[in-house]
Amino acid sequence: MPKPFTPKVVTANDLVEGDVIYLTADDGWTRDMREAELITDEAHAQIRLLHAESLPLQVVGAYLADAKQGTDGPVPTHFREDFRRTGPSNYFHGKQAETAE
Amino acid sequence: MYSYSDFDAAFVAERNRQFRAQVERRLDGSLTEDEFKPLRLMNGLYLQLHAYMLRVAIPYGTISARQMRQLAHIAETWDKGYGHFTTRQNIQYNWPRLKDVPEMLDALAEVQMHAIQTSGNTIRNVTADHFAGAAADEVEDPRPYAELIRQWSTDHPEFQFLPRKFKVAVSGSEHDRAVIAFHDIGLRIVQKDGQTGFEVVVGGGLGRTPMIGKVINSFVPKEDLLAYIEAIVSVYNLLGRRDNKYKARIKITVHEHGIDDIRERVEARYAQIRPTFEGADQQMLGAIKSQFALPKFKQAATDAYDSRYENDVLFRSWADTNLTAHRDADHSIVTISLKKHGATPGDASADQMRAMAELAELYGYDELRISHEQNVILPHVHKSDLPAVYDALREAELATANIGLVSDIIACPGMDYCALATARSIPIAQEIANRFDELKMEHDIGHLKIKISGCINACGHHHVGHIGILGLDRGGVETYQITLGGDGTEGAALGTRTGPGFSAEEIVPAIERLVEAYMDHREGPDETFLAAYRRLGMEPFKAALYEDARAEAA
Ligand code: HEM
Ligand code: SF4
Repeated sequence: MPKPFTPKVVTANDLVEGDVIYLTADDGWTRDMREAELITDEAHAQIRLLHAESLPLQVVGAYLADAKQGTDGPVPTHFREDFRRTGPSNYFHGKQAETAE
Repeated sequence: MYSYSDFDAAFVAERNRQFRAQVERRLDGSLTEDEFKPLRLMNGLYLQLHAYMLRVAIPYGTISARQMRQLAHIAETWDKGYGHFTTRQNIQYNWPRLKDVPEMLDALAEVQMHAIQTSGNTIRNVTADHFAGAAADEVEDPRPYAELIRQWSTDHPEFQFLPRKFKVAVSGSEHDRAVIAFHDIGLRIVQKDGQTGFEVVVGGGLGRTPMIGKVINSFVPKEDLLAYIEAIVSVYNLLGRRDNKYKARIKITVHEHGIDDIRERVEARYAQIRPTFEGADQQMLGAIKSQFALPKFKQAATDAYDSRYENDVLFRSWADTNLTAHRDADHSIVTISLKKHGATPGDASADQMRAMAELAELYGYDELRISHEQNVILPHVHKSDLPAVYDALREAELATANIGLVSDIIACPGMDYCALATARSIPIAQEIANRFDELKMEHDIGHLKIKISGCINACGHHHVGHIGILGLDRGGVETYQITLGGDGTEGAALGTRTGPGFSAEEIVPAIERLVEAYMDHREGPDETFLAAYRRLGMEPFKAALYEDARAEAA
């Protein structure tokens, strides 16, 4: 039996900055995972991924990452995505530093 | 030190010009990512978890003060004020922006550095014993040969698309500090009947299928080195498996065909190509060698060192731990630890880079080395200058006396930076170092190498750690597997797995139990962890890891 579909967000790296970005429901890109579109339908997920892949001037390496609904929006279900939305643990660099400003 | 010829400089300038144009074409949409990616990788530019990463080669680990200053300048101007020195004698910048990379490459070219062939299926940065030219136990400085190989391999038309990456390491000493048994080709300078030549080892590697290299030829006369290496790479280029990335390294080719078959093929190829090497390489080598001439060593009394050593315990501890015998009795090799307890192994801030550059200028004949153990070396320091060097290092927070000890850990970037990682490695290294610092035990424990990788690619050399730690993702949880008994030196051995892995919370106490077991069982302070493991086998360590933990939990 195929695995049941679990909710996803579309994520990628920004072409110029290289940092982590997420696709929003209104076709924009955000650096805050909570503002990402949480996709609960498999067919829709493929369409959204194709959309992201059609924007090579903005994004690199788009893929679907597992996520779930949190209190303020989508949150990761795996530690890799948790690090991607936060930044490294050895320095206060990356997203954690930017959102603190 | 080697200085670029006009040809080298023109080549790097042209490559930088091309890459600048490629970046522009990527940014204006004329190149897709699929087209651009191989081009950026050819220039050492990766895309990692949080940002791009630029990998810069430090050929055979040797750099000048001016080059080190430029690395500091680059870190401050286009990165976050630091750089990460790696086991491959490279420096990695973790935060460049795509459009700044051409500027960074031009800044590197100003000091004769580049990022070419630091990625891709090419012959990578040739690494060398970091004590080359200075070590007391050396037959001959291996770096001129490393430079010759670098010149021959850079942009070599036949070898730009090998089945897989290809790594060469050289050493000129009996004692192997260059991990030569774990490279695609490992070279060791040896003497036979009054002649100098190379013992050539092939097919070593780490990664998902670790292998100890095998001797393919116990003596290749030094004038035939390039022809012989070319024969090996050429045989591999045809025979290596291009159908499966995981079977494409030469270690698998050697494993599948057997060393005798490979030797025969190499000999046949060698017979063909040797006549085409008509001595031009030997003329080049002659010219290169003159650039590696030893500095004229200072002559002075060493009393200042002796009295400081007598009177200052901290200095003595540092001297006992971080100095190595130099070929000149009045000089020492200074290893600068980039492993301050709790810091990221291999990281240096721009200020620290400048402090090291200044010491090299003032006291070190303008030379620095990067070691595969992620430390920096001042290869030649007169003993009378050691007190001043030590004081300046303390000032820069670079005087940690822990070389070869439990906190001198190799750790790959792991999931804090690396897109391929299955778990983090840096925080584990930080916690282990902090823990043993708290215990104030590490000088009693003595020589012990811990090496950590964040996935099976083994960039952190965990297979050859006396204690190796491999970070894995087990059902969505970071899990750490331990191996014991690995050795990357002349006693080459791969570590053996102890059993089930440990969670991030359990791993540091587990390492502590291992070390306690060693302290309980060793015959005396002279028996190192590795020696004790070899004598005792796995059992007492396994018991400490698993049974004691169970007993405590019960
Ligand atoms: C962060 C980006 C990095 C990536 C994407 C990367 C990728 C890889 C891969 C895929 C392998 C396995 C090759 C194979 O078995 O065929 C490997 C091996 C290796 N890498 Fe890395 N690596 C990275 C960083 C580093 C760093 C920071 C170091 C030095 C600290 C390093 C040193 C090595 C070494 C020593 C090996 C094993 C030797 C061998 O080639 O068998 N790498 N790397
Ligand atoms: S071992 Fe794995 S996690 Fe560590 S740097 Fe290499 S590829 Fe990345």
